[in-house]
Amino acid sequence: MYSPRRFLLRAALAGLALILGAGARANDVPDPETAIWKKLQRSLFENRPVASDARGIIELVTPVRAEDAAVVPVAIRTKLTQRPERYVRRIYLIVDKNPSPLAAMFELTPESGRADLETRIRIEEYTHVRAVAELSDGTLFADTRFVKASGGCSAPAGKDPAAAAARVGRMRLAVDGNVSDNQPALAQLMISHPNDSGLVMDQLTRHYTPAYFVRSIKVTYAGKPILTAEVDFSISENPNFRFYFVPVGDGELKAEAVDTKELRFEARLAVRRGPG
Amino acid sequence: MRAFGARFCCAAIVASGTAAAGDALPVREIAAGILVHVGAQAEASPSNHGAIANIGFIVGSRCVAVIDTGGSPEVGRSLRAAIRKVTPLPVCYVVNTHVHPDHILGNAAFVADRPEFVGHAKLAAAMAARGRVYLAAAKRTLGPDAADAEIIPPTRAVTGSATLDLGDRALELRAWPTAHTDHDLTVFDERTGTLWLSDLLFIERIPVVDGSLRGWLQVLADLKRFTARRVVPGHGNVTSDWPGATAAQESYLHALLSETRAALRARKTLQEAVETIGGSGRDQWLLFDAFHRRNVTAAFAELEWEE
Repeated sequence: MYSPRRFLLRAALAGLALILGAGARANDVPDPETAIWKKLQRSLFENRPVASDARGIIELVTPVRAEDAAVVPVAIRTKLTQRPERYVRRIYLIVDKNPSPLAAMFELTPESGRADLETRIRIEEYTHVRAVAELSDGTLFADTRFVKASGGCSAPAGKDPAAAAARVGRMRLAVDGNVSDNQPALAQLMISHPNDSGLVMDQLTRHYTPAYFVRSIKVTYAGKPILTAEVDFSISENPNFRFYFVPVGDGELKAEAVDTKELRFEARLAVRRGPG
Repeated sequence: MRAFGARFCCAAIVASGTAAAGDALPVREIAAGILVHVGAQAEASPSNHGAIANIGFIVGSRCVAVIDTGGSPEVGRSLRAAIRKVTPLPVCYVVNTHVHPDHILGNAAFVADRPEFVGHAKLAAAMAARGRVYLAAAKRTLGPDAADAEIIPPTRAVTGSATLDLGDRALELRAWPTAHTDHDLTVFDERTGTLWLSDLLFIERIPVVDGSLRGWLQVLADLKRFTARRVVPGHGNVTSDWPGATAAQESYLHALLSETRAALRARKTLQEAVETIGGSGRDQWLLFDAFHRRNVTAAFAELEWEE
Protein backbone atom coordinates (compact mmCIF):
# COMPACT_ATOMS: atom_id res chain seq x y z
CA MET A 1 0.00 0.00 0.00
CA TYR A 2 1.04 3.57 -0.60
CA SER A 3 2.04 5.21 2.63
CA PRO A 4 1.81 8.96 3.28
CA ARG A 5 4.75 8.73 5.67
CA ARG A 6 6.97 7.42 2.91
CA PHE A 7 5.68 10.04 0.55
CA LEU A 8 6.88 12.66 3.02
CA LEU A 9 10.21 10.90 3.28
CA ARG A 10 10.52 10.88 -0.46
CA ALA A 11 9.61 14.56 -0.70
CA ALA A 12 12.14 15.40 1.99
CA LEU A 13 14.83 13.48 0.15
CA ALA A 14 14.01 15.13 -3.14
CA GLY A 15 14.30 18.54 -1.47
CA LEU A 16 17.53 17.51 0.14
CA ALA A 17 18.84 16.38 -3.22
CA LEU A 18 18.11 19.78 -4.73
CA ILE A 19 19.96 21.55 -1.93
CA LEU A 20 22.92 19.21 -2.20
CA GLY A 21 22.89 19.36 -5.98
CA ALA A 22 23.32 23.13 -5.88
CA GLY A 23 26.54 22.83 -3.95
CA ALA A 24 27.85 19.65 -5.54
CA ARG A 25 31.18 19.72 -7.31
CA ALA A 26 32.64 17.28 -9.78
CA ASN A 27 34.72 14.85 -7.79
CA ASP A 28 36.81 12.25 -9.54
CA VAL A 29 38.02 10.63 -6.34
CA PRO A 30 35.62 7.86 -5.49
CA ASP A 31 35.69 8.20 -1.70
CA PRO A 32 32.47 6.43 -0.70
CA GLU A 33 31.91 8.61 2.39
CA THR A 34 30.27 11.38 0.40
CA ALA A 35 28.34 14.25 1.92
CA ILE A 36 25.24 13.10 0.06
CA TRP A 37 25.52 9.65 1.57
CA LYS A 38 25.96 11.03 5.08
CA LYS A 39 22.80 13.11 4.69
CA LEU A 40 20.87 10.21 3.19
CA GLN A 41 22.03 7.92 5.94
CA ARG A 42 20.71 10.33 8.55
CA SER A 43 17.37 10.74 6.74
CA LEU A 44 16.80 7.06 6.10
CA PHE A 45 18.38 5.35 9.08
CA GLU A 46 18.70 8.10 11.69
CA ASN A 47 21.46 7.12 14.07
CA ARG A 48 21.46 3.41 13.37
CA PRO A 49 24.87 2.12 12.31
CA VAL A 50 25.25 0.97 8.70
CA ALA A 51 28.02 -1.62 8.33
CA SER A 52 30.12 -0.87 5.26
CA ASP A 53 31.50 -4.40 5.26
CA ALA A 54 28.58 -6.40 3.87
CA ARG A 55 30.47 -9.59 3.05
CA GLY A 56 28.34 -12.59 3.83
CA ILE A 57 25.15 -10.53 3.64
CA ILE A 58 24.80 -8.66 0.37
CA GLU A 59 26.67 -7.90 -2.83
CA LEU A 60 25.89 -5.17 -5.31
CA VAL A 61 26.86 -5.92 -8.92
CA THR A 62 27.11 -3.04 -11.39
CA PRO A 63 29.12 -2.39 -14.53
CA VAL A 64 32.20 -0.20 -13.96
CA ARG A 65 30.99 2.07 -16.72
CA ALA A 66 27.38 2.91 -17.54
CA GLU A 67 27.44 1.86 -21.20
CA ASP A 68 24.00 3.33 -21.77
CA ALA A 69 23.20 5.86 -19.05
CA ALA A 70 19.48 5.22 -19.58
CA VAL A 71 19.71 1.46 -18.96
CA VAL A 72 22.32 0.43 -16.40
CA PRO A 73 21.80 -3.13 -15.16
CA VAL A 74 22.21 -3.61 -11.40
CA ALA A 75 21.99 -6.83 -9.46
CA ILE A 76 21.74 -7.36 -5.73
CA ARG A 77 22.88 -10.77 -4.56
CA THR A 78 22.32 -11.89 -1.02
CA LYS A 79 24.16 -14.57 0.84
CA LEU A 80 21.39 -15.37 3.30
CA THR A 81 18.58 -17.83 2.86
CA GLN A 82 15.32 -16.09 3.71
CA ARG A 83 14.13 -17.80 6.90
CA PRO A 84 11.47 -16.46 9.27
CA GLU A 85 14.05 -16.16 12.07
CA ARG A 86 16.47 -14.06 9.98
CA TYR A 87 15.93 -12.58 6.55
CA VAL A 88 16.51 -9.50 4.46
CA ARG A 89 13.50 -7.33 5.18
CA ARG A 90 14.35 -4.32 3.05
CA ILE A 91 16.80 -3.31 0.37
CA TYR A 92 17.42 0.34 -0.38
CA LEU A 93 18.93 1.14 -3.77
CA ILE A 94 20.65 4.52 -3.78
CA VAL A 95 22.28 6.50 -6.60
CA ASP A 96 24.11 9.34 -4.86
CA LYS A 97 24.24 11.88 -7.66
CA ASN A 98 20.89 11.30 -9.30
CA PRO A 99 18.32 14.09 -8.92
CA SER A 100 16.37 11.81 -6.60
CA PRO A 101 18.95 9.53 -4.97
CA LEU A 102 16.62 6.90 -3.45
CA ALA A 103 15.93 4.88 -6.60
CA ALA A 104 13.99 2.13 -4.87
CA MET A 105 13.05 0.63 -1.56
CA PHE A 106 12.20 -3.06 -1.79
CA GLU A 107 10.44 -5.02 0.95
CA LEU A 108 10.96 -8.76 1.01
CA THR A 109 9.58 -11.63 3.06
CA PRO A 110 10.60 -15.15 4.05
CA GLU A 111 8.34 -16.30 1.18
CA SER A 112 10.68 -14.54 -1.25
CA GLY A 113 13.11 -17.42 -0.70
CA ARG A 114 16.08 -15.36 -1.78
CA ALA A 115 16.41 -11.61 -1.56
CA ASP A 116 18.27 -11.41 -4.87
CA LEU A 117 17.04 -8.66 -7.18
CA GLU A 118 17.92 -7.32 -10.58
CA THR A 119 16.72 -4.12 -12.18
CA ARG A 120 17.94 -1.31 -14.43
CA ILE A 121 18.59 2.25 -13.46
CA ARG A 122 19.39 5.60 -14.98
CA ILE A 123 22.68 7.19 -14.08
CA GLU A 124 23.09 10.93 -14.44
CA GLU A 125 26.84 11.24 -13.91
CA TYR A 126 29.82 9.56 -12.23
CA THR A 127 28.36 8.34 -8.97
CA HIS A 128 28.40 5.89 -6.13
CA VAL A 129 25.60 3.36 -6.23
CA ARG A 130 24.63 1.65 -2.97
CA ALA A 131 22.53 -1.25 -1.87
CA VAL A 132 21.63 -1.22 1.81
CA ALA A 133 20.14 -4.38 3.29
CA GLU A 134 18.05 -4.16 6.42
CA LEU A 135 17.74 -7.53 8.13
CA SER A 136 14.72 -8.66 10.11
CA ASP A 137 16.68 -7.94 13.30
CA GLY A 138 17.08 -4.32 12.21
CA THR A 139 20.79 -4.44 11.41
CA LEU A 140 21.97 -2.60 8.30
CA PHE A 141 24.65 -3.54 5.76
CA ALA A 142 25.71 -1.49 2.74
CA ASP A 143 27.62 -2.48 -0.37
CA THR A 144 28.83 0.31 -2.63
CA ARG A 145 30.11 0.56 -6.19
CA PHE A 146 31.41 3.52 -8.14
CA VAL A 147 29.93 3.74 -11.64
CA LYS A 148 31.36 5.96 -14.34
CA ALA A 149 28.78 7.54 -16.59
CA SER A 150 29.59 6.97 -20.23
CA GLY A 151 30.71 9.93 -22.28
CA GLY A 152 29.53 11.15 -25.66
CA CYS A 153 25.91 10.78 -26.55
CA SER A 154 24.88 8.66 -23.56
CA ALA A 155 22.03 10.25 -21.61
CA PRO A 156 19.59 9.01 -19.01
CA ALA A 157 16.61 10.12 -21.13
CA GLY A 158 14.51 7.66 -23.14
CA LYS A 159 15.21 6.98 -26.80
CA ASP A 160 11.73 7.25 -28.26
CA PRO A 161 9.31 8.99 -25.86
CA ALA A 162 6.41 8.85 -28.33
CA ALA A 163 6.72 5.07 -28.66
CA ALA A 164 7.03 4.72 -24.87
CA ALA A 165 3.90 6.80 -24.28
CA ALA A 166 1.95 4.73 -26.81
CA ARG A 167 2.29 1.47 -24.93
CA VAL A 168 1.98 2.56 -21.27
CA GLY A 169 0.81 -0.10 -18.91
CA ARG A 170 1.53 -3.30 -20.81
CA MET A 171 2.91 -5.81 -18.32
CA ARG A 172 4.61 -9.17 -18.50
CA LEU A 173 5.17 -11.65 -15.75
CA ALA A 174 7.27 -14.73 -16.39
CA VAL A 175 8.90 -17.53 -14.42
CA ASP A 176 12.22 -18.96 -15.56
CA GLY A 177 12.37 -22.67 -16.28
CA ASN A 178 10.56 -25.42 -14.41
CA VAL A 179 9.61 -24.82 -10.80
CA SER A 180 9.74 -27.30 -7.98
CA ASP A 181 8.14 -27.16 -4.57
CA ASN A 182 10.01 -25.24 -1.90
CA GLN A 183 12.85 -24.28 -4.26
CA PRO A 184 13.23 -20.53 -4.84
CA ALA A 185 12.16 -19.79 -8.43
CA LEU A 186 13.28 -16.82 -10.51
CA ALA A 187 10.53 -14.52 -11.82
CA GLN A 188 10.61 -11.47 -14.04
CA LEU A 189 8.24 -8.52 -14.09
CA MET A 190 8.29 -6.11 -17.04
CA ILE A 191 6.19 -2.94 -17.10
CA SER A 192 5.92 -0.83 -20.22
CA HIS A 193 6.13 2.72 -18.94
CA PRO A 194 8.13 5.87 -19.89
CA ASN A 195 9.11 6.32 -16.23
CA ASP A 196 9.78 9.93 -17.04
CA SER A 197 11.82 12.05 -14.64
CA GLY A 198 9.99 15.24 -15.58
CA LEU A 199 13.29 17.13 -15.42
CA VAL A 200 12.65 18.50 -18.89
CA MET A 201 11.84 22.13 -19.52
CA ASP A 202 9.22 22.88 -22.15
CA GLN A 203 10.92 25.38 -24.46
CA LEU A 204 7.71 27.32 -25.05
CA THR A 205 6.23 27.58 -21.58
CA ARG A 206 9.57 27.43 -19.66
CA HIS A 207 7.80 25.08 -17.27
CA TYR A 208 9.06 21.67 -16.34
CA THR A 209 7.00 18.76 -17.54
CA PRO A 210 5.52 16.79 -14.64
CA ALA A 211 7.29 13.61 -13.65
CA TYR A 212 5.42 10.49 -14.71
CA PHE A 213 6.70 7.22 -13.32
CA VAL A 214 5.73 3.93 -11.72
CA ARG A 215 5.80 4.60 -7.98
CA SER A 216 4.86 1.31 -6.42
CA ILE A 217 4.87 -2.38 -7.17
CA LYS A 218 3.39 -5.26 -5.26
CA VAL A 219 3.96 -8.89 -6.14
CA THR A 220 2.20 -11.70 -4.31
CA TYR A 221 2.31 -15.46 -4.62
CA ALA A 222 -0.74 -17.43 -3.45
CA GLY A 223 -1.92 -14.20 -1.83
CA LYS A 224 1.23 -13.63 0.23
CA PRO A 225 3.56 -10.69 -0.44
CA ILE A 226 6.83 -11.60 -2.16
CA LEU A 227 8.13 -8.23 -3.24
CA THR A 228 6.76 -4.79 -2.47
CA ALA A 229 8.62 -1.78 -3.78
CA GLU A 230 8.48 1.97 -3.82
CA VAL A 231 10.35 3.06 -6.87
CA ASP A 232 11.31 6.23 -8.63
CA PHE A 233 12.31 7.69 -11.98
CA SER A 234 15.88 6.56 -11.35
CA ILE A 235 14.51 3.20 -12.51
CA SER A 236 14.87 2.95 -16.30
CA GLU A 237 12.08 3.34 -18.80
CA ASN A 238 10.05 0.11 -18.98
CA PRO A 239 10.81 -0.93 -15.38
CA ASN A 240 12.13 -4.47 -15.23
CA PHE A 241 12.63 -6.58 -12.11
CA ARG A 242 13.91 -10.09 -11.51
CA PHE A 243 13.23 -11.59 -8.12
CA TYR A 244 12.60 -14.89 -6.37
CA PHE A 245 9.64 -16.57 -4.73
CA VAL A 246 9.06 -20.03 -3.27
CA PRO A 247 6.37 -22.02 -5.06
CA VAL A 248 4.36 -24.54 -3.06
CA GLY A 249 1.88 -26.56 -5.06
CA ASP A 250 0.02 -24.65 -7.77
CA GLY A 251 -0.43 -20.97 -6.98
CA GLU A 252 -0.85 -17.67 -8.69
CA LEU A 253 1.79 -15.01 -9.03
CA LYS A 254 0.18 -11.58 -9.18
CA ALA A 255 1.80 -8.20 -9.81
CA GLU A 256 0.25 -4.77 -9.37
CA ALA A 257 1.85 -1.47 -10.28
CA VAL A 258 0.63 2.06 -9.63
CA ASP A 259 2.01 5.13 -11.38
CA THR A 260 2.04 8.80 -10.42
CA LYS A 261 -1.21 9.40 -12.30
CA GLU A 262 -2.76 6.75 -10.06
CA LEU A 263 -3.18 4.40 -13.00
CA ARG A 264 -3.13 0.77 -11.87
CA PHE A 265 -1.71 -2.09 -13.89
CA GLU A 266 -1.99 -5.75 -13.09
CA ALA A 267 -0.60 -9.06 -14.35
CA ARG A 268 -1.26 -12.63 -13.20
CA LEU A 269 0.50 -15.87 -13.87
CA ALA A 270 -0.55 -19.36 -12.85
CA VAL A 271 2.56 -21.16 -11.62
CA ARG A 272 2.52 -24.93 -12.00
CA ARG A 273 5.13 -27.44 -11.07
CA GLY A 274 7.16 -28.53 -14.04
CA PRO A 275 7.58 -32.16 -15.09
CA GLY A 276 10.37 -33.39 -12.82
CA MET B 1 27.91 28.58 -62.16
CA ARG B 2 30.02 31.27 -60.67
CA ALA B 3 33.66 30.89 -59.78
CA PHE B 4 32.98 28.88 -56.63
CA GLY B 5 35.32 26.11 -57.65
CA ALA B 6 38.57 28.01 -57.68
CA ARG B 7 37.95 29.79 -54.43
CA PHE B 8 36.89 26.65 -52.60
CA CYS B 9 39.92 24.83 -53.87
CA CYS B 10 42.18 27.46 -52.31
CA ALA B 11 40.24 27.45 -49.09
CA ALA B 12 40.80 23.74 -48.80
CA ILE B 13 44.54 24.11 -49.19
CA VAL B 14 44.88 27.05 -46.83
CA ALA B 15 42.81 25.44 -44.14
CA SER B 16 44.73 22.22 -43.66
CA GLY B 17 46.27 21.13 -40.39
CA THR B 18 44.65 20.80 -37.00
CA ALA B 19 42.09 23.20 -35.71
CA ALA B 20 43.28 25.54 -32.97
CA ALA B 21 41.78 28.54 -31.25
CA GLY B 22 40.84 31.23 -33.75
CA ASP B 23 41.91 29.15 -36.77
CA ALA B 24 39.59 28.18 -39.57
CA LEU B 25 38.50 24.55 -39.46
CA PRO B 26 40.02 22.50 -42.29
CA VAL B 27 37.27 21.92 -44.85
CA ARG B 28 37.21 20.20 -48.21
CA GLU B 29 34.94 21.03 -51.12
CA ILE B 30 33.29 17.71 -51.85
CA ALA B 31 30.99 19.13 -54.54
CA ALA B 32 30.49 22.63 -55.94
CA GLY B 33 29.67 24.87 -53.00
CA ILE B 34 29.54 22.09 -50.39
CA LEU B 35 32.38 22.13 -47.88
CA VAL B 36 32.88 19.45 -45.29
CA HIS B 37 35.14 18.99 -42.31
CA VAL B 38 35.65 15.26 -41.82
CA GLY B 39 35.76 14.76 -38.07
CA ALA B 40 38.41 12.83 -36.17
CA GLN B 41 37.49 9.16 -35.71
CA ALA B 42 37.91 9.44 -31.96
CA GLU B 43 35.98 10.28 -28.83
CA ALA B 44 35.78 13.98 -27.98
CA SER B 45 38.90 15.20 -26.19
CA PRO B 46 40.80 18.45 -25.63
CA SER B 47 43.17 17.53 -28.48
CA ASN B 48 40.36 17.45 -31.06
CA HIS B 49 38.23 20.16 -29.36
CA GLY B 50 35.18 17.97 -29.94
CA ALA B 51 35.52 18.11 -33.75
CA ILE B 52 34.68 14.42 -34.15
CA ALA B 53 31.62 14.54 -36.42
CA ASN B 54 31.37 15.54 -40.06
CA ILE B 55 30.15 19.11 -40.20
CA GLY B 56 30.16 21.74 -42.91
CA PHE B 57 28.24 24.23 -45.00
CA ILE B 58 26.49 24.73 -48.32
CA VAL B 59 26.72 28.02 -50.21
CA GLY B 60 23.95 29.48 -52.38
CA SER B 61 23.82 32.80 -54.23
CA ARG B 62 21.94 34.48 -51.37
CA CYS B 63 23.23 32.84 -48.21
CA VAL B 64 24.86 29.89 -46.47
CA ALA B 65 23.39 26.87 -44.67
CA VAL B 66 25.52 25.28 -41.96
CA ILE B 67 24.96 21.54 -41.52
CA ASP B 68 25.83 20.67 -37.91
CA THR B 69 28.16 22.77 -35.82
CA GLY B 70 30.55 20.43 -33.99
CA GLY B 71 31.10 19.36 -30.41
CA SER B 72 31.96 22.69 -28.80
CA PRO B 73 31.51 26.43 -29.35
CA GLU B 74 35.23 26.48 -30.21
CA VAL B 75 34.63 24.12 -33.13
CA GLY B 76 31.61 26.19 -34.12
CA ARG B 77 33.76 29.34 -34.17
CA SER B 78 36.42 27.68 -36.30
CA LEU B 79 33.73 26.42 -38.69
CA ARG B 80 32.45 29.98 -38.90
CA ALA B 81 35.99 31.17 -39.65
CA ALA B 82 36.18 28.59 -42.45
CA ILE B 83 32.95 29.97 -43.93
CA ARG B 84 34.33 33.49 -43.82
CA LYS B 85 37.38 32.40 -45.81
CA VAL B 86 35.10 31.16 -48.57
CA THR B 87 32.24 33.62 -48.75
CA PRO B 88 31.01 36.88 -47.22
CA LEU B 89 27.38 35.74 -47.62
CA PRO B 90 25.31 35.57 -44.43
CA VAL B 91 24.55 32.33 -42.59
CA CYS B 92 20.78 32.07 -42.94
CA TYR B 93 20.28 28.49 -41.71
CA VAL B 94 21.91 26.25 -39.13
CA VAL B 95 20.61 22.73 -39.65
CA ASN B 96 21.04 20.24 -36.80
CA THR B 97 20.74 16.68 -38.06
CA HIS B 98 20.07 15.32 -34.54
CA VAL B 99 20.73 16.04 -30.87
CA HIS B 100 24.11 14.41 -30.27
CA PRO B 101 26.61 16.79 -28.71
CA ASP B 102 29.24 16.39 -31.45
CA HIS B 103 26.68 17.84 -33.88
CA ILE B 104 25.02 20.66 -31.90
CA LEU B 105 27.36 22.14 -29.29
CA GLY B 106 28.87 24.55 -31.83
CA ASN B 107 25.46 26.20 -32.35
CA ALA B 108 26.31 29.04 -29.95
CA ALA B 109 28.96 30.32 -32.39
CA PHE B 110 26.21 31.20 -34.90
CA VAL B 111 23.64 32.88 -32.66
CA ALA B 112 24.96 36.37 -33.54
CA ASP B 113 24.28 35.62 -37.23
CA ARG B 114 20.59 35.29 -36.33
CA PRO B 115 19.98 32.30 -38.60
CA GLU B 116 16.99 29.99 -38.53
CA PHE B 117 18.01 26.97 -36.46
CA VAL B 118 16.39 24.03 -38.23
CA GLY B 119 15.74 20.53 -36.93
CA HIS B 120 13.37 17.57 -36.88
CA ALA B 121 10.10 18.28 -35.07
CA LYS B 122 11.27 16.09 -32.17
CA LEU B 123 14.70 17.70 -31.85
CA ALA B 124 13.60 20.34 -29.33
CA ALA B 125 12.24 17.70 -26.96
CA ALA B 126 15.44 15.67 -27.24
CA MET B 127 17.52 18.78 -26.51
CA ALA B 128 15.38 19.52 -23.47
CA ALA B 129 15.69 15.96 -22.18
CA ARG B 130 19.42 15.59 -22.76
CA GLY B 131 20.88 19.08 -22.87
CA ARG B 132 21.77 19.36 -19.20
CA VAL B 133 23.68 16.07 -19.23
CA TYR B 134 25.42 16.85 -22.53
CA LEU B 135 26.59 20.25 -21.32
CA ALA B 136 27.99 18.77 -18.11
CA ALA B 137 29.77 15.99 -20.03
CA ALA B 138 31.23 18.42 -22.59
CA LYS B 139 32.54 20.72 -19.88
CA ARG B 140 34.06 17.76 -18.04
CA THR B 141 35.62 16.28 -21.18
CA LEU B 142 36.66 19.34 -23.18
CA GLY B 143 37.31 21.97 -20.53
CA PRO B 144 37.76 25.53 -21.85
CA ASP B 145 36.58 24.71 -25.41
CA ALA B 146 33.14 23.94 -24.01
CA ALA B 147 33.07 26.50 -21.19
CA ASP B 148 30.51 28.68 -22.98
CA ALA B 149 28.55 25.79 -24.50
CA GLU B 150 24.79 26.14 -24.49
CA ILE B 151 21.84 24.35 -25.98
CA ILE B 152 20.33 26.36 -28.82
CA PRO B 153 16.97 24.82 -29.77
CA PRO B 154 15.53 24.91 -33.29
CA THR B 155 13.47 27.92 -34.39
CA ARG B 156 12.03 25.93 -37.27
CA ALA B 157 10.76 22.37 -36.88
CA VAL B 158 10.55 19.97 -39.81
CA THR B 159 7.77 17.39 -40.01
CA GLY B 160 7.89 15.20 -43.09
CA SER B 161 9.89 17.34 -45.47
CA ALA B 162 10.85 20.97 -46.11
CA THR B 163 12.85 23.02 -48.59
CA LEU B 164 15.46 25.64 -47.76
CA ASP B 165 16.22 28.21 -50.45
CA LEU B 166 19.80 29.48 -50.38
CA GLY B 167 19.38 31.42 -53.65
CA ASP B 168 19.71 29.35 -56.85
CA ARG B 169 20.05 26.36 -54.61
CA ALA B 170 17.30 24.34 -52.93
CA LEU B 171 18.02 21.98 -50.05
CA GLU B 172 15.45 19.24 -49.50
CA LEU B 173 15.19 18.32 -45.83
CA ARG B 174 13.56 15.12 -44.71
CA ALA B 175 12.55 14.15 -41.18
CA TRP B 176 12.72 10.38 -40.61
CA PRO B 177 10.90 8.02 -38.28
CA THR B 178 12.95 6.69 -35.33
CA ALA B 179 16.28 5.26 -36.53
CA HIS B 180 19.71 6.37 -35.23
CA THR B 181 17.68 8.70 -32.96
CA ASP B 182 13.97 9.56 -32.89
CA HIS B 183 14.66 12.78 -34.78
CA ASP B 184 17.09 12.20 -37.67
CA LEU B 185 17.05 14.80 -40.41
CA THR B 186 18.73 14.45 -43.83
CA VAL B 187 19.66 17.18 -46.33
CA PHE B 188 19.65 16.66 -50.10
CA ASP B 189 21.28 19.16 -52.44
CA GLU B 190 19.61 18.70 -55.81
CA ARG B 191 22.16 20.75 -57.70
CA THR B 192 25.02 18.35 -56.97
CA GLY B 193 23.09 15.19 -56.06
CA THR B 194 24.67 15.22 -52.60
CA LEU B 195 22.79 13.47 -49.80
CA TRP B 196 23.90 14.52 -46.32
CA LEU B 197 22.94 11.53 -44.18
CA SER B 198 24.79 12.51 -41.03
CA ASP B 199 24.59 9.74 -38.41
CA LEU B 200 22.13 7.62 -40.37
CA LEU B 201 25.39 6.38 -41.90
CA PHE B 202 28.60 5.53 -40.05
CA ILE B 203 31.68 4.60 -42.04
CA GLU B 204 34.58 2.83 -40.28
CA ARG B 205 33.41 4.10 -36.88
CA ILE B 206 31.00 1.78 -35.09
CA PRO B 207 27.34 2.85 -35.51
CA VAL B 208 25.55 3.93 -32.32
CA VAL B 209 21.96 2.85 -31.72
CA ASP B 210 20.20 5.63 -29.84
CA GLY B 211 16.72 5.38 -31.34
CA SER B 212 15.53 2.03 -32.64
CA LEU B 213 17.52 -0.82 -34.14
CA ARG B 214 14.57 -2.12 -36.14
CA GLY B 215 13.61 1.42 -37.13
CA TRP B 216 17.12 2.20 -38.36
CA LEU B 217 17.23 -0.90 -40.57
CA GLN B 218 13.87 0.11 -42.05
CA VAL B 219 14.98 3.70 -42.68
CA LEU B 220 18.17 2.43 -44.34
CA ALA B 221 16.08 0.23 -46.64
CA ASP B 222 14.01 3.29 -47.59
CA LEU B 223 17.05 5.52 -47.99
CA LYS B 224 18.74 3.11 -50.35
CA ARG B 225 16.02 3.74 -52.92
CA PHE B 226 17.19 7.35 -53.15
CA THR B 227 19.53 8.19 -56.00
CA ALA B 228 22.53 10.24 -54.93
CA ARG B 229 25.88 11.00 -56.54
CA ARG B 230 27.61 11.11 -53.21
CA VAL B 231 26.68 10.84 -49.54
CA VAL B 232 28.04 12.53 -46.44
CA PRO B 233 28.09 10.18 -43.44
CA GLY B 234 28.07 11.53 -39.89
CA HIS B 235 31.44 9.88 -39.31
CA GLY B 236 33.95 8.68 -41.92
CA ASN B 237 34.81 9.81 -45.41
CA VAL B 238 32.41 11.25 -47.96
CA THR B 239 31.76 8.63 -50.61
CA SER B 240 30.19 8.17 -54.05
CA ASP B 241 29.65 4.46 -53.31
CA TRP B 242 25.92 4.71 -52.86
CA PRO B 243 24.07 2.69 -51.69
CA GLY B 244 27.04 0.33 -51.34
CA ALA B 245 28.37 2.39 -48.43
CA THR B 246 25.59 1.12 -46.17
CA ALA B 247 26.61 -2.55 -46.44
CA ALA B 248 29.02 -2.74 -43.49
CA GLN B 249 26.70 -0.85 -41.18
CA GLU B 250 23.68 -2.93 -42.19
CA SER B 251 25.64 -6.10 -41.63
CA TYR B 252 26.56 -4.96 -38.09
CA LEU B 253 22.99 -3.93 -37.28
CA HIS B 254 21.48 -7.15 -38.68
CA ALA B 255 23.92 -9.24 -36.62
CA LEU B 256 23.08 -7.21 -33.52
CA LEU B 257 19.39 -7.81 -34.18
CA SER B 258 19.62 -11.56 -34.68
CA GLU B 259 22.09 -12.20 -31.85
CA THR B 260 20.07 -10.13 -29.39
CA ARG B 261 16.88 -11.97 -30.34
CA ALA B 262 18.70 -15.26 -29.82
CA ALA B 263 19.88 -14.14 -26.36
CA LEU B 264 16.32 -13.18 -25.43
CA ARG B 265 14.99 -16.54 -26.60
CA ALA B 266 17.65 -18.20 -24.43
CA ARG B 267 16.35 -16.08 -21.52
CA LYS B 268 19.70 -14.44 -20.94
CA THR B 269 19.81 -11.37 -18.72
CA LEU B 270 20.81 -7.98 -20.07
CA GLN B 271 24.20 -8.27 -18.42
CA GLU B 272 24.80 -11.74 -19.91
CA ALA B 273 23.78 -10.46 -23.34
CA VAL B 274 26.18 -7.52 -23.06
CA GLU B 275 29.01 -9.85 -22.16
CA THR B 276 28.45 -12.37 -24.94
CA ILE B 277 27.04 -10.71 -28.06
CA GLY B 278 28.99 -9.68 -31.12
CA GLY B 279 32.59 -9.50 -29.94
CA SER B 280 33.62 -10.80 -33.36
CA GLY B 281 33.06 -7.36 -34.89
CA ARG B 282 35.87 -5.82 -32.85
CA ASP B 283 38.39 -5.77 -35.72
CA GLN B 284 36.00 -4.20 -38.19
CA TRP B 285 35.09 -0.99 -36.43
CA LEU B 286 36.86 1.95 -34.84
CA LEU B 287 35.82 2.70 -31.24
CA PHE B 288 34.20 -0.73 -30.98
CA ASP B 289 34.93 -1.09 -27.27
CA ALA B 290 33.52 2.34 -26.49
CA PHE B 291 30.10 1.70 -28.06
CA HIS B 292 29.35 -1.93 -28.83
CA ARG B 293 28.21 -2.88 -25.32
CA ARG B 294 26.01 0.17 -25.28
CA ASN B 295 24.44 -0.97 -28.56
CA VAL B 296 23.71 -4.40 -27.13
CA THR B 297 22.08 -2.74 -24.13
CA ALA B 298 19.88 -0.59 -26.35
CA ALA B 299 18.99 -3.50 -28.63
CA PHE B 300 18.12 -5.72 -25.68
CA ALA B 301 15.86 -3.10 -24.09
CA GLU B 302 14.10 -2.58 -27.42
CA LEU B 303 13.72 -6.19 -28.51
CA GLU B 304 12.66 -7.71 -25.19
CA TRP B 305 9.19 -6.25 -25.83
CA GLU B 306 8.83 -8.10 -29.13
CA GLU B 307 6.41 -11.01 -29.09
